[in-house]
Amino acid sequence: MTHTQGRVVLDSADISRALTRLAHEIIERTQGAQNVTLMGIPTRGVALANRLAQRISEIQGSPVEVGAIDVTMYRDDLRMQPARALLPTVLPDAGIEGRLVILVDDVLYSGRTIRAALDALSEHGRPQAVQLAVLVDRGHRELPIRADYVGKNLPTAKTESVQVQLSEHDEIDQIVIRQAS
Amino acid sequence: MTSYVLKNVSIVGGSATDLLISDGVIAQIGDGLNADQVIDAKGCIALPGLVDLHTHLREPGKEDAETVLSGSQAAAVGGFTSVHAMANTNPVADNAGVVEQVWRLGKEAGLVDVRPVGAVTKGLEGVTLAELGTMADSAAGVRVFSDDGKCVHDPVIMRRALEYVKAFDGVIAQHAQEPQLTDGAQMNEGIISGQLGLRGWPAVAEEAIIARDVLLASHVDARLHICHLSTAGSVEIIRWAKSRGIKVTAEVTPHHLILTDELATSYNPVFKVNPPLRTQADVEAVREGLADGTIDIVATDHAPHPAQDKDCEWSAAAFGMTGLETALQVVHATMVKTGLLTWEQVADRMSYAPAQIGRVNTQGQALVVGAPAHIALFDPNTEVTITAENSVSASRNTPFAGYTLPGIVQATFFNGKPTVLDGKLV
Amino acid sequence: MKHLLSTADLTRDDAILILDTANQLAQATSQGVGKLPPLRGRTVVNLFYEDSTRTRISFEAAAKRLSADVINFAAKGSSVSKGESLKDTALTLEAMGADAIVLRHGSSGAANTLANSGWISGSVVNAGDGTHEHPTQALLDAYTLRRHLREGAGDLAGATVTIVGDILHSRVARSNVHLLKTLGANVRLVAPPTLLPFGVDTWDADVSYDLEDALVGADAVMMLRIQQERMNAAYFPTIHEYSQRYGLNQVRVNLMNQGSIVMHPGPMNRGVEITSEVADSPQSVIVEQVTNGVSVRMAVLYLMLGGNEATV
Repeated sequence: MTHTQGRVVLDSADISRALTRLAHEIIERTQGAQNVTLMGIPTRGVALANRLAQRISEIQGSPVEVGAIDVTMYRDDLRMQPARALLPTVLPDAGIEGRLVILVDDVLYSGRTIRAALDALSEHGRPQAVQLAVLVDRGHRELPIRADYVGKNLPTAKTESVQVQLSEHDEIDQIVIRQAS
Repeated sequence: MTSYVLKNVSIVGGSATDLLISDGVIAQIGDGLNADQVIDAKGCIALPGLVDLHTHLREPGKEDAETVLSGSQAAAVGGFTSVHAMANTNPVADNAGVVEQVWRLGKEAGLVDVRPVGAVTKGLEGVTLAELGTMADSAAGVRVFSDDGKCVHDPVIMRRALEYVKAFDGVIAQHAQEPQLTDGAQMNEGIISGQLGLRGWPAVAEEAIIARDVLLASHVDARLHICHLSTAGSVEIIRWAKSRGIKVTAEVTPHHLILTDELATSYNPVFKVNPPLRTQADVEAVREGLADGTIDIVATDHAPHPAQDKDCEWSAAAFGMTGLETALQVVHATMVKTGLLTWEQVADRMSYAPAQIGRVNTQGQALVVGAPAHIALFDPNTEVTITAENSVSASRNTPFAGYTLPGIVQATFFNGKPTVLDGKLV
Repeated sequence: MKHLLSTADLTRDDAILILDTANQLAQATSQGVGKLPPLRGRTVVNLFYEDSTRTRISFEAAAKRLSADVINFAAKGSSVSKGESLKDTALTLEAMGADAIVLRHGSSGAANTLANSGWISGSVVNAGDGTHEHPTQALLDAYTLRRHLREGAGDLAGATVTIVGDILHSRVARSNVHLLKTLGANVRLVAPPTLLPFGVDTWDADVSYDLEDALVGADAVMMLRIQQERMNAAYFPTIHEYSQRYGLNQVRVNLMNQGSIVMHPGPMNRGVEITSEVADSPQSVIVEQVTNGVSVRMAVLYLMLGGNEATV
C-alpha cells in the first residue's frame, strides 16, 4: 500500500497537551494512581506509557510503575502474514497481580490489539482491574472494546491510515493521516 | 532388404556426398545415388556405429533397472551398434553360462552387438580367477574381462589375470579404486566433500592402482585397460606409461568430461557416481588427455538404477548414471565444439579404438564401400533439452535432465538395418 | 527461508533476528509464562533416525512451549531400506499434516533431500545430518556467546572463538564456522591434522595443530566430543595421547582472555577432551547451553511456523 502525502492532525504541542490531560484524568479516576501499573504496548505504546508515567509522578511526586507487554504472539492475525519479530515484555518488579493495570497504546482502531494484550496480560497474573489509555481513537471497532482514557478522538475513513510519530522513534512528535491509495 | 541412401551426408566430417546402404553393407558412395528409401542427411555427420566398451545392462538380476533389450534400445538411440555388457550382474558373469545367456539375449534383441564382459574373479570377490579361458572360448567370445564395480586390488591376482588372458588376446579392464582408501566414500575428496560432510574418495585411490597396474602390465608385457579414468593425476600416469611403450589403454566417461563435484552440493543422488565427479581441473585434464590420445576412448559406464535407488538420501543412493543416449552429444559439446577433436578423431575415440581394444572385428570400421553398414547419423546443428522421462533406457537416472545438449542422433544403422530413424527407435 | 538446513543460508540479519527472538522468548519463560500460543494447531514432528535424546527433548520442549502439537517418531531400526524409509516416512508424515519436520539423520544432506524432494509441503529443520551440519546447535552456541561476550545484543564482531577436536566429523563445527563468521567472530580450528577436513584451508577460519597457541587471546573455547572409534581408524594413536595434546585443562583455560567461557555441545567425555575441573568451573557455560537450546529452538520454530510463511 502506498500513501499519499499525509496531513498533520496533531503537532508536538497538541500531543503534549493531550498527554498532560490524560495524566490528570488517570490520577483523578484512580484516586492518585497509587496502585496503577502502566503497561505500554510496543512499540509506541511503551514510549507513551513512559511519558505518562513521568507526568503522573511529576504531578503526584511519587513514581508510577511502568512496563511493556508484547502482544505479537497473541494476535488473531498472526497467521495472515510472515511471523513478526517479538518485542520486549517488561514486567515491573511488583508484577501485575492485584494491580490496576492501564494498557497504553498509540491508536485504538479495531480493538484486536487490545484483545491480544488482555490475553498476554493474563499470562502474567490477575490484575485487580484493567483499563485502557490511547492517544488516538480513530473508530471502526470490530470488538466490544472501548478506551477509558482518550487523548484525541479522530474520525477517520477506513481507507485512511493514522500514523503516530514520537521523538523516541521518529525524531518528531506528530500525528499524520494519510489516504491509502 | 530395403536399401537406404543418406543424401548429402558428411562422412566423418568430409564434404557432402551420398551414401548407399544395401544388403547390410555400404554399397556405394558418390553423388546422385538412389535407393528404396531416401534420407535427407544434409548437414549431418555419418560416423561409424559407436562402440561402448563399458555398459551395464543389468540383466540377469536387475531387470527393473535395465534389460538387454531396453539397454540395446538406449544404445541404438545414442548411435551405438555395439556395447560391452559388464559382468556385475546377478548371477555374476563369471562363467560361460552367464556370458552366453547375455550374448544370446543381445542377439534376440538384435539392435546392437552385445559383447559380454567376463568377470576377472569368481563372484567379483577378488580371490580366485574366474574361468577366463572358458568364457573366451564360449559362443560369446569374451575378450574383455573386468570386475568393474570392484577393483582387482590384490596385486598377485591382478598380475596373474594380466598374464593369463594373453593366451587368447584378452584384456583386463581395471576399475581402479584402492578399497581401503575409499571405504565408505561418497564423493570426490576435495573442498566440496569437506564442506558437505560427505566421506571423500581421494584421487590417489585411483592413481595408486593405475600406477601399480601399468607397472605390472609392463612387467608381464600384457594388455591393460583402465576403466573410467577420472583424475588429472591418472592422465599423467597413463601418459608416462605410454611413453614407455606399456600396452595400456584408457577410457573416460562422458560425464567426467563435463560434470564436476560442485553438483554434489545439491545432495541430489543423480550425481552420485563411481568414480566420483571430480574438479574442474580434472575435467580439463581428461579432455586434454582424450584430445592428445593419452586416453584412447570414450566409454559410457551407463549405469541404470531404478527410481527407489536414487529417490533417497545421498549415502543410501546407488552409484551410477545412465549415459548411452547422451554420450555423443556430450562429446560434441565438450570435445568437438571446443576444437579439441575432429569428427575423424571422434570416430576413433568412440568406434575404431574401442572395437580394437575389445577385439570386435565386425565393428569399428571405416565407412568405405564394402564395409558393414554400422552407422550413426548425427545432426550437430540442433539442440535437445534432455528430460529423464523421455529416456529410452528403463531407468531415469540421467544427470543431464534439464541440460540442453547440442545435436541429435538422427539415425542408426546396424548391419544395414535402421534401428533408429528420425531420432526415434524404429 | 522455508527450511533451516544450514547456517550458511542465514544472513546476519536472519541470525540476529533468531537470537533476538530467542531472547524475548527466554524472557517470557523466565517471567513464568508456561505456554505461549503462537503455534496452536501446528504439528511439529521430531523425526529421529539417530538416538539423540537431548536434542529431541530440547525440540520437544520448544515446540510444546509454543503450543504446537508434537509427534515423536523414532525411525531407527526400521526394517525397510534406509532410502525407502525416509521417503515413505515423509509421505506418511505429510499425509498426517505435519507443518514441520525436525530431522535428525545419520546421512549428510538428508535434511536437504527431504526439503527438496517434493515429498512434503511443510518446513524442514535440520537437527543434525551426518557429518554435515547442526544449525540449531550453532545458533544456541552463538546465543550463549552473545550473552556472555556481548551482553545479549547485536553480533559477535571481534570475538575470537576456538573450536577444538574432531572437526572432520563434526556437524557442530561446520555450522559454527558459517554462523560465527556471519556474526563477525574470528574462528580458530584446532585438531590433529588427521581430524581436519580436506580443504579446511579454504574455510573462513584459522587452523592450528597446537591447542595452547590457539587459546591465547581467545574469548571462548568450544570443545568437541572425541569418539573412541576414531582411535581404531588410526586418526590418533591413543585416547591418552589425544587428551595430552588436545584436552582442555585449567592451565590451558588460563591462557584465554579475561572473562572467557568454556563450551561443549555435549555429551562430554570427562577426562578425555575436558577435565571435570574445567567442565564444572565458573567459566563453563555447558549447562547453560542446554537451557539456551530450548529458547533458540523456540525462536526457530516461531519464525518458521508462527506466520503464514517463514520469516527467516
